[in-house]
Amino acid sequence: MKPGMSNNSSFRENFLAGLKDGLPICLGYLAVSFAFGIQAVESGLTVFEATMISLLNVTSAGQFAGIGIIAANGSFLEIAASQLIINLRYSLMSVAISQKIDPKLPTLKRLGIAFGMTDEIFAVSAARPGVLQPSFSLGAISISVAGWVLGTFLGAYAGQILPDRVISALGLALYGMFLAIIIPPARDSRPVLYVVLLAMFLSVLFTYAPYLRLISSGFRIIIVTLLSAGLFATISNKDSGES
Amino acid sequence: MRSHIFAYIAVMAIVTFLVRALPLTLIRTEIKSKWVHSFLYYLPFATLAAMTVPAIFTATSNVYSATAGFLVALVLSYFRRSLLTVAAGACIAVYIAELF
Repeated sequence: MKPGMSNNSSFRENFLAGLKDGLPICLGYLAVSFAFGIQAVESGLTVFEATMISLLNVTSAGQFAGIGIIAANGSFLEIAASQLIINLRYSLMSVAISQKIDPKLPTLKRLGIAFGMTDEIFAVSAARPGVLQPSFSLGAISISVAGWVLGTFLGAYAGQILPDRVISALGLALYGMFLAIIIPPARDSRPVLYVVLLAMFLSVLFTYAPYLRLISSGFRIIIVTLLSAGLFATISNKDSGES
Repeated sequence: MRSHIFAYIAVMAIVTFLVRALPLTLIRTEIKSKWVHSFLYYLPFATLAAMTVPAIFTATSNVYSATAGFLVALVLSYFRRSLLTVAAGACIAVYIAELF
């Protein structure tokens, strides 16, 4: 169950591995957060405020929704609920990572790993063989968050000088990154492929079908995730970690 | 809005951090259920797939350029290119598609 338990590789080695896996995430984040920075300033935030949001939140969809609510003068309850619903998937990822770290890992290190729990960092962490070392997370998180914050700053500070066509093109960066994470495993594993296709189908259904489309996008993602992953966990048992 | 801006940001940050931190700090034993392990294995694929489709088709200024970007991202990721290559390739495809 835990082949990597007696992991004798050093802090430095794991940290460097984290940096290496984090570099492409960092560069992808630069593009996506650049788009976020542009939009934040368009919504009336200052460069400093936009940058602080990225530093303290490190979420994509949640931040985009958040600045929309701030611009619309929404209530604190509304902004709290939006973050809870849109980001609830991270708690499921945290459950998964809780099974991959040393059970004796102290709370402070757990909080550090939790702070940087994004879709992409989760994906590279889950793909690590054996037990997840906190030094790996430190490397992956620090370089990724640096890219996320720097990109936001640059987008907020200088984004307005870019032509509309470039801004439109940057809109696809986030989704390109998502596809790069899910397609290779879907190629290798039939059940993963079916989970991906089912989730996409249900997501389209919940977006456009009468009544179902009234569900907010944050809830939609949670419901679709629970249905597709739950169904395949029931009909096709696959042990986690062994990817 | 202006006077409360940092309160908004604090609320966002605290809710988001709690969502991430509670499971990782509270769950300290190994979950035995095979079903749960299976579910957690499929989880990220389901979430990312649901977040990508259909949202990707409205992420640019028109559905045609978005489709071009989607197809390029699909091909590049099928051939196991890195996150950066796929993201950049998709953006470039959108840019080129919107020239016409």
